[in-house]
Amino acid sequence: MCADVTAATGGPAEAGSSSLKARLRKAEAKKRRGAFMLTLPLLIFVTVMFLVPLVGMIWLSVANTTIPEYMPKTVSALSTWDGKELPPEKAYAAVAEDLQAAFKVRKFGVIAKNLNEQMPGTLGLINKTSFRTGRLKTAPANWKDELTKIDKKWGEMPIWTLLKRQSASWTPDYYLAAVDMERGPDGSIQAVPPYQRIYVKLFIRTAWMSTLITVLTLLLGYPLAYWISRMPDNKANLMMIAVLLPFWTSLLVRITSWIVLLQSHGVVNSILVGSGAVSDANRPQLINNELGTIIVMTQVLLPFMVLPLYSTMKSIPDSYMRAAISMGAHPWRAFWRVFAPLTVSGIGAGVLLVFILSIGYYITPELVGGQSGQFISNRIAYNVQQSLNWGLAAALGTILTAVTLILFLLYGMITGKGKVTIG
Amino acid sequence: MTKDPEDRSTGVSRRELLALGGATAGVVSLSSLATLIGAKRAAAAGVDKLNLVSWGGAYQTSQIEAYQKPYTDKYKVGFNNIEKSGNGPALLTAQEQSGNISWDIVDMLQADANRLYEQGMLEEIVWNTDLDKGSDGKPAWEDFTKGSLSGGDDKSGGFVSTISYNTMFGYNKEAFPNGAPQTIKDVYDFEKFPGKRGLEKIPAGNLEWALYADGVDKDKIYDVLATPEGVDKAFKKLDEMKPHAVWWSQGAQPPQMLAQKEVTIASAYNGRIFNAIASDNQPFGFIWDGGLYEWDGWVIPAGLPKDRLEEAKRFLRFSTTTQALIDQAKYIAYSPARQSSFAQMGDLTFSKNDKIKMMDYMPTSPDHLKSSIAKSASFWSNYGPQLSERFSSWLAS
Amino acid sequence: MKPKKLPGYLSPAEHGWFYLFRFYGIVVLFFLVVPLLVIIPLSFNATPYFTFTKGMLELQPSAYSLQWYANFFTDPQWLLALKNSFIVAPVATLIATVLGTLAALGLTRPGMPFKTLITSLLVLPMIVPLIITATALFFYFSYLHIVDSYVGVIIAHAILGTPFVVITVTATLEGLSPQYYRAALSLGASPRTAFFKVVMPLVLPGIISGALFAFMTSFDEVVIVLFIAGPDQKTLPLQMWTNLRYTIDPTILAVASLILLLAVVLLGSLELFRRRSEKIRGVSG
Repeated sequence: MCADVTAATGGPAEAGSSSLKARLRKAEAKKRRGAFMLTLPLLIFVTVMFLVPLVGMIWLSVANTTIPEYMPKTVSALSTWDGKELPPEKAYAAVAEDLQAAFKVRKFGVIAKNLNEQMPGTLGLINKTSFRTGRLKTAPANWKDELTKIDKKWGEMPIWTLLKRQSASWTPDYYLAAVDMERGPDGSIQAVPPYQRIYVKLFIRTAWMSTLITVLTLLLGYPLAYWISRMPDNKANLMMIAVLLPFWTSLLVRITSWIVLLQSHGVVNSILVGSGAVSDANRPQLINNELGTIIVMTQVLLPFMVLPLYSTMKSIPDSYMRAAISMGAHPWRAFWRVFAPLTVSGIGAGVLLVFILSIGYYITPELVGGQSGQFISNRIAYNVQQSLNWGLAAALGTILTAVTLILFLLYGMITGKGKVTIG
Repeated sequence: MTKDPEDRSTGVSRRELLALGGATAGVVSLSSLATLIGAKRAAAAGVDKLNLVSWGGAYQTSQIEAYQKPYTDKYKVGFNNIEKSGNGPALLTAQEQSGNISWDIVDMLQADANRLYEQGMLEEIVWNTDLDKGSDGKPAWEDFTKGSLSGGDDKSGGFVSTISYNTMFGYNKEAFPNGAPQTIKDVYDFEKFPGKRGLEKIPAGNLEWALYADGVDKDKIYDVLATPEGVDKAFKKLDEMKPHAVWWSQGAQPPQMLAQKEVTIASAYNGRIFNAIASDNQPFGFIWDGGLYEWDGWVIPAGLPKDRLEEAKRFLRFSTTTQALIDQAKYIAYSPARQSSFAQMGDLTFSKNDKIKMMDYMPTSPDHLKSSIAKSASFWSNYGPQLSERFSSWLAS
Repeated sequence: MKPKKLPGYLSPAEHGWFYLFRFYGIVVLFFLVVPLLVIIPLSFNATPYFTFTKGMLELQPSAYSLQWYANFFTDPQWLLALKNSFIVAPVATLIATVLGTLAALGLTRPGMPFKTLITSLLVLPMIVPLIITATALFFYFSYLHIVDSYVGVIIAHAILGTPFVVITVTATLEGLSPQYYRAALSLGASPRTAFFKVVMPLVLPGIISGALFAFMTSFDEVVIVLFIAGPDQKTLPLQMWTNLRYTIDPTILAVASLILLLAVVLLGSLELFRRRSEKIRGVSG
């Protein structure tokens, strides 16, 4: 953008001369400026309301403001502490004063929550200490003795190591948590206990279920696209409307209909029981598990596979196959050797598109996936809305965004010139 | 059309810019106008409508009948009923963090309320001035059952109970023609009592029952649960339940699940099972064994604008009088928090059927107290966040 | 369906393959479309269950009713959601269409600087997963204090809609030969006349389809609303979400059927615009 401005004002060398070349350049610059001005409003809108929030989220994934904000005295007292043995008295006094101040405005819960995320069990320690110190009428002679009397944890290293670590205004801890790692009591990096390991598992599940869904859409979509692409135009258009109808219909409407079909007393199970295929007591569980997520997402994403395949196939003339067959190739061979290779770019585009969309899905797994059909997105939402661990949600979100963008670059390379098309 | 004197190459762009720019300006001014109108309305809404958050279903209906309708009649203030108490603490915290409190009064569990009050997120309620005296003239602090006003100390705090209720198991009688489940152990017996189990998607309750079913003594449950080994033990027992569980998150769901036979046994709030039986004639039965009783009531979020705060406080006072609490007990089988209310409800009958005596279904009736477990608010205040985290990891894995 | 005439050189086995293949195609089409159609008859169910009752299968009139439709149009919660959807979607569409069209006009001009980079930036909202956009906007709007407001929801939906407008209008403009405009000028039209009388009618179908895409995006969006809307801004998809998640009652089937109808109407009009646009440009199709 800066380059554009320099181009528009023109270099000093040409400023004096009014040669044709300079005039042309000037006109050219004016044109460029005109074009740029037209895109400017949207560019500003997208920057302010989309890019800035995205960057904000990335910042949130490393930001660590709670302790610096609510325990400023502690932060400055610990800044010179070497972390080898228990800190000096002035650090104890700083903690006590910070907690007293937080108690007065009833914000010590925020400190407790922040520290507890890093070291479970700290919640009680901070709350207890805040209550006790907050109610002291006069400051004791020695804060170290006083705090250790309130809870002996103040006489041990872990809480101090934690406070020192949380004094920094940024932290890699959320990214550690996003891959099931944590800091040990001494600050070293270690894996979380087995029962807490969830994120790696969910990343893997998101990836493999998306792969499965992508493969299913390809298996269902390829023959369909081929079939429609060989139809006469007017009939093909009608078929494409049928393909596009679900694409255009509200996602929630589609999910509603699947719930109606698949739930334990739904249409499919009623037919199965009514026809005697299964007994009433053994209705198969078709929804609220992985199966539900896979079935519904396959249907929802199928049009995204059919569209690029169809447009690729449409551009391959019938004559290619006919030529191969007339030269003696078996139709199967003609298909595999002539037709299929020409559709590779369509397959690549469809596969990537479905996969990219799939890994970011939230609504479908949430409504039909039960517990075993949840994706990483559901965990992001959980951390935003329920566990309120916004830093972790931001870290998970940043990872997911990075993966999506990398895949999309790949998609741009396959479809050519980074062009994006829809419908 | 006038002749355009401008240079041809840019003339069009100017025109387009003007036309579209004008349209943009129009949109912007329209939307800002809409915002202004919206803002004005919102300011007015603070006084003529309270955003009330509760648990939905029969319980919220009882609050509408017993508290809201009389309040609207008297003060001409309406209610926006929001059914989000199930996720109330988290949503309220999110509102606080985002600095935009949209709720005026919230129905909440005691453990959550105590924790939020410590974090400075709830308005301070002064017991004896913000709440009315009992019908017998006792000040609120003495009239409310011990432990039902909490969060702070004997002068003030953040949580005003209205009721105590039981979370317990109920079952569909049609599913068990040859003998119904009686105990928590039966709930875990999937051979003798086949079918899915409906369970609430929170650790509280499920962990206690897991230990109880595993043979831990009723009085020792919280001691065991406070140790890491105890927690492991509870989750191990819950593993047995996992393949049979259907999880619910709103109180209205378990009666629905039972009625549609999606599950044969479900944990539920006793009032919901009661209402399904008493007003919808559902063939449900209670398992009083191991029922967990606890307090539930109002909190007011801190940081409300003055007019909304005053309205919320007025409603708080109105809805916690001796009579209001008795009135609510006509609609749902929950025990009122005031002793003066409980004392007057010996012959109280159900609003829709005067043959049903409410006392027979009250969680704190002497008979039921014997078989129940007192849910520990202090335990869940302290260990709630960690156990929730672990529980949700356990669920998702 | 009339069987397509098969080339004579195919063997009977190949004929078999052809029919098998066609059967497979029909099954897949069924999988796409039929689940959607199931909800329509069920929305007229007289009982509050999600399955066909015996009476419905026997076509007894008493087994059918309009009660769920009546419920939709009388329940204040559903009506509020409907109203909000019709406030948010049109305003968001208008903003997205105006800004998107302007940008597309710029992007397709000769000499547009950093074209690829800017295009990529502008379509980013379509690429980033919704859950991320929702999370990021929630944090940002919290900071700006515009969560739980119409402004927040409208801005978010306008952002989501712009890529669709940019893409469709750019595609239309790129398919447009500059000769039309030049021809109009050379025949004596002023640039203004040339733009509004010649270029505009050719581009309009593109703008309208972009606007339709943007409208549908907003009208169907639930993730962002779930994160940043308050109880007063509840939209139709959000109400459906709540209904699906907690207390399923068949009103949602009536709503779903109505939305399906709307989708068919919109898809039909989009197809009409496509045809019209091709006709104007003399492309046969």
